[in-house]
Amino acid sequence: MKEIVIISGKGGTGKTSITASFAALSKNAVLADCDVDAADLHLLLAPSEQESHPFFSGHIACIDEQKCSACGTCQSLCRYDAIVAHEGKYAVVASSCEGCNVCVTFCPEQAIDFPERRCGEWYRSITRCGPMIHARLDIGAENSGKLVSLVRQQAHELAQQQQCDLVLIDGPPGIGCPVIAATTGTDAVFIITEPTCSGKHDLLRVLELTRHFDIPAYICVNKWDINPSMTKEIQDSARENGAQVIGTVPYDSHITKAQIAGKTIVEYGDSIAAISIKQIWQNFCAAIEI
Amino acid sequence: MKIAISTSGSTLDAPIDSRFGRAVRFLVYDTEQKTFSMVENEQNLNAAQGAGIQAAKTVVDSGAQAVISGHCGPKAFTVLSSAGIAIYHCETGTIQEALEQYASGKLQPAKDANVEGHWV
Amino acid sequence: MLTLKDIGFNNMKLAIASGKGGTGKTTLSVALAQASTAAVQLLDCDVEEPNGHIFIKPEFTSHEQVGIAIPELDEALCTNCGKCGEICQFSAIVTIADKTMIFGDMCHSCGGCILVCPQKALHEQEKVIGSIDSACACGRNSNIEFIKGTLDIGQAMAPPVIRAVKKKIRPDMLTIIDCPPGTSCPMITAVTGSDFVILVTEPTPFGLHDLILAVETMRSMALPFGVVVNRAGSGDNRVSDYCSAENIPLLLQIADDRRVANAYSRGEGLLEAMPELAQQLRALIDKITSDVDTSTKGEQ
Repeated sequence: MKEIVIISGKGGTGKTSITASFAALSKNAVLADCDVDAADLHLLLAPSEQESHPFFSGHIACIDEQKCSACGTCQSLCRYDAIVAHEGKYAVVASSCEGCNVCVTFCPEQAIDFPERRCGEWYRSITRCGPMIHARLDIGAENSGKLVSLVRQQAHELAQQQQCDLVLIDGPPGIGCPVIAATTGTDAVFIITEPTCSGKHDLLRVLELTRHFDIPAYICVNKWDINPSMTKEIQDSARENGAQVIGTVPYDSHITKAQIAGKTIVEYGDSIAAISIKQIWQNFCAAIEI
Repeated sequence: MKIAISTSGSTLDAPIDSRFGRAVRFLVYDTEQKTFSMVENEQNLNAAQGAGIQAAKTVVDSGAQAVISGHCGPKAFTVLSSAGIAIYHCETGTIQEALEQYASGKLQPAKDANVEGHWV
Repeated sequence: MLTLKDIGFNNMKLAIASGKGGTGKTTLSVALAQASTAAVQLLDCDVEEPNGHIFIKPEFTSHEQVGIAIPELDEALCTNCGKCGEICQFSAIVTIADKTMIFGDMCHSCGGCILVCPQKALHEQEKVIGSIDSACACGRNSNIEFIKGTLDIGQAMAPPVIRAVKKKIRPDMLTIIDCPPGTSCPMITAVTGSDFVILVTEPTPFGLHDLILAVETMRSMALPFGVVVNRAGSGDNRVSDYCSAENIPLLLQIADDRRVANAYSRGEGLLEAMPELAQQLRALIDKITSDVDTSTKGEQ
């Protein structure tokens, strides 16, 4: 069983659209939407929810105003500017609270509660392309990567139970904790980039990350015909940085039309994008031997 | 000596839990007395981060001198090694089978973590 | 008594955010800064993947490291009492048997262990996690102070670098904050304390879905906000319909134009492809500035 993660560095390169297409083309895969902050894969795969579970991570401080003596110790110790004066007492700003336990420990009146923090929900669903594990992070919740790890773990277990060959992971943008959590321990990283200066800049940062974790990287340039010379530059750069170039996808307005129709591009007729993506999937499967 | 084995069950026939950090519990087996006790690890399943570190601490506090588990990440490995605890890899089979393999010298002590951390 | 605003100083903090990545936050942030004729600061707070410099092309004059404080132990004073491990929520410090161990990359720099240690055996040391580069007098009008934050590869936490960049905010000029995508801690850290937030989106199902998450975030933080639709015409009307239904100001629609995509791919800004937009952007800044004191806070 192999685990493949699809990332982009830069947002908006077409990662989710292409991941959904791969899901439609794969035969026996479990899908994991690890872009938990702004999950969109479900908009194309229309999952039917079988189970949902709340996700708790860490704690949050909560000042009991009855017990608060307004001494201000909490505010003076808080490093996250999460405590503000409020109606003669003090209150915690939930979106800034790091859950570090300092104010709770040092409040002279023991006036601060420290309940577990509900950060979101995760779901096990079925789709027309296979079983799917996905999640929703509550707004403002910490995105340490723990929910990402949970989604991956559930997908891995489901794939083992159902004897699937593949876990396809739609990864988050960026290079921080959620991306790291989505990427460590995978068998290959598939990077979707675009032929722009920004795309190239972000691709190189992502490739540093994949080298740091020693995972083979494959790249595909989406919307390649927006700038063919930049496409070539990116492909050359990618090879110099140890990645394998798997293919290109032309700019195609059908991708948005398919999205509006709630379908993956490979299910939306024989557009130029669909043909390229099918070829890329074949090349990629051959490269990673699935 | 005591050996800790990660598991989701509570008897010697139970299967090994292949994860160390987020294992449900540990069966701590006393090789001299031939008895065992259970040490829960569920408090670490909801940990914001550092489940491996906390699981390692749980094992150290139990008095075990060896661990048998499947996947042990780098931080858990560091904690266990610092406490002088040997780590043996065994992913499948029952606890009983793993103990027999250990006793007959079939399990090799790990020199390093065998999985990346989950970075949480 | 006149305020700075009354006499023409614009000290607004304007954040440019989105739910979805790739909608055009950096494109718009750069264009707003370039369109302005007054002095402005442009802060690139997308520290995981900063891109503003590609368009501004600054000559950086200052480079500083951003560090976070992590504990260091004086073993001679340590009695292994374990109080540090008890207070720590992040498993960054743990006492086992006769040893206390520190895992710096787990540390959130809360200072708890240092405060709680009865032997005063812990003190802080700095661990570098990123950097800030600054440049003055950038842009076609030489009016932009550009400050770029970068998170080092392999480092997990963006918020401390974002906070360090925001410490550079000057109170006497307009500050435009280019925010990271999403709605979790990096974005929250970047928009906190802003006077107004522009949410940039695209008129597609993904764009709308993620805009709704961003709107919920703005409302939960009671921040005034409005929406700019980029690549208008490339999808359908769902975003503008949503804004009407929710009483959310739709501030501007930027038409989908392949010339813009081509220019962007070459590292050229929006105003190079659409120079006529400069006046609209100046008018937008003026409108937001005058509305900020009286605008609704975006709550229903």
